[in-house]
Amino acid sequence: MPLPADTDATTPKYLRDKYAIVGVGETTYTRGSGKTTRAMGTFAVRAAMQDAGLKPGDIDGMLSYSGNDSTPSPFLAGDLGIRLNFFMDVNGGGSSTEALIGIAIGIMEAGMCKCVAIFRSMNGYSQVRIGGTGARSAAPVNGDALHSRAYGWQSAGQMFAPTFMRHMYEYGTKPEQVAMVKVVHSEHASNNPKAFYKKRYTVDDVINSRMICKPLHLLDCCVETDNATCIIVTRTERARDLRHTPALIRGVVGRCSKPRTDMHYQHGPISRVAGYYAKDILWPNSGVGPEDIDAVGAYDAFTFTSMLQLEDYGFCKKGEGGEYVSSGITRLGGKRPQNTSGGHLCEGYTHGMNMVIENVRQLRHDADDYCPIGPDGKRQHTFDYREGGCRQVRNIEVTANLGWANPMTGSAMVMRRG
Amino acid sequence: MSIRANYLDMPLTIDDLDGENLEYFRHCAEHDFHLQQCDECKLLRYPPTTACPWCTCLTSTWTKVEGKGAVYSYEEVRHGIQPAFQARVPYMVLLVELDTQKGKPTEHESLRVVANLTTPDGVLAPPDTVRQVGIGSRMRMVFSDVGPGISLPQWTLDEAAPQPAKPWRYPQE
Ligand SMILES: [Zn+2]
Ligand SMILES: [Zn+2]
Repeated sequence: MPLPADTDATTPKYLRDKYAIVGVGETTYTRGSGKTTRAMGTFAVRAAMQDAGLKPGDIDGMLSYSGNDSTPSPFLAGDLGIRLNFFMDVNGGGSSTEALIGIAIGIMEAGMCKCVAIFRSMNGYSQVRIGGTGARSAAPVNGDALHSRAYGWQSAGQMFAPTFMRHMYEYGTKPEQVAMVKVVHSEHASNNPKAFYKKRYTVDDVINSRMICKPLHLLDCCVETDNATCIIVTRTERARDLRHTPALIRGVVGRCSKPRTDMHYQHGPISRVAGYYAKDILWPNSGVGPEDIDAVGAYDAFTFTSMLQLEDYGFCKKGEGGEYVSSGITRLGGKRPQNTSGGHLCEGYTHGMNMVIENVRQLRHDADDYCPIGPDGKRQHTFDYREGGCRQVRNIEVTANLGWANPMTGSAMVMRRG
Repeated sequence: MSIRANYLDMPLTIDDLDGENLEYFRHCAEHDFHLQQCDECKLLRYPPTTACPWCTCLTSTWTKVEGKGAVYSYEEVRHGIQPAFQARVPYMVLLVELDTQKGKPTEHESLRVVANLTTPDGVLAPPDTVRQVGIGSRMRMVFSDVGPGISLPQWTLDEAAPQPAKPWRYPQE
């Protein structure tokens, strides 16, 4: 595959498969956790350590992200007896997961630490609502924000809608096609005991749900939940003595952006999203292409966000996303299932973490579905994808995560089974 | 001098150091639309920035720009998030592509100015007007007066311009 001139792939190629995700953990997905972000974050980091078979002394790096709605790393490290050689708590939401995995690789490669826990803890329903309702929506509008918030243009759905509408205009994308993203992800959620919404929805359910911000119906929007999530990254050679088959990191892209990040609608096509640029880093550095991917986690803050990313990363042609997501390809049992845990639309809203966690479990061949546990303590997957059944993808080897901040900024990662 | 004002019971503020925004809204208060024109490459830019996005030049001249264009994309908010807008649904947010500098400096670039659909006197448009506007509708700029030194640019249907027979609207009405 030809390498784009402005990306030096020498170092990423060298790092291909050198780092791995070895532990994952999360709280339950609730609306009303009754807990602080500190308590939830501590629970999730501890769960990921236990999952990996690591002790507090094995972790020496921490990274987290939030919109000032979380607890910083030092408190969680203190709670768990972790002495840190590196930590950083950054500002940001969606697209931070894959970006921080890239930073974790960088700081370990620089010799600054050896094992990094990345967490996101949020009371996204009961404290700082991710949809923007509540205290944040009533804050004074200052300076640069006058060009958006003064027009009632503030929440994620409101900010992204011109992209979605223009896509329908340019390509004839139909509401019924876009709704299939929710339909398919809800089918997957029905096989996930952890999912906040386990109900299966139909196209009619979606397009008859109340309009929030045209073209977004209520069921085109994800579910706000309270939760904490954690993933642990270390060198692959260290991963070999840990509990699970590692998920090897092939390549990663962090917060890759379209031009004019001050106001991206100035530089079109506005129906294009950041994946258009990110794909030229992701695929060459990972040494694979869309055809090689067995399962995808395509950030589904909205039905549209999944669909647009699939187009610009090259899973289908630009403008054919509506057909692609309606074709059956994205279903369990289809050629390339996506968001197999139910994603943000159904499992819970985590700013991207749960879709990476899901792919790690898929690559272990250990999706925590409703399949029976055998005498060896392992799940005996039936590959019967009917409601309340299995959600393990058969013989899965390679996954992609497509993280989204907004139409102009995205992150991505390819992993393979170790 | 900083600005503290109220619009739809929503506090709007501009700090005294924020020269670009103070000047942008000061022209709007005089019902004149001005954008920064780069002193080097002569391109106009929106929204206000401290350097030229095309040549990094730090100086610019505020230049009067004709507030006319066509709807490039839109949304129709039915569920308000901010308290100021909750009682004002449905309202429209319009992305209008100006005729000035359209398709420049490259094919996919244009000055695309965000504002609400309003009546000619700058009041959020009633539902029957909202239903008339879609991609391709011809718009002209008007202003919502907020206070001394600040008015918000807004979009209203350009009565004098030929309108498309059927502007593109979301398929499910
Ligand atoms: Zn199973
Ligand atoms: Zn210039």
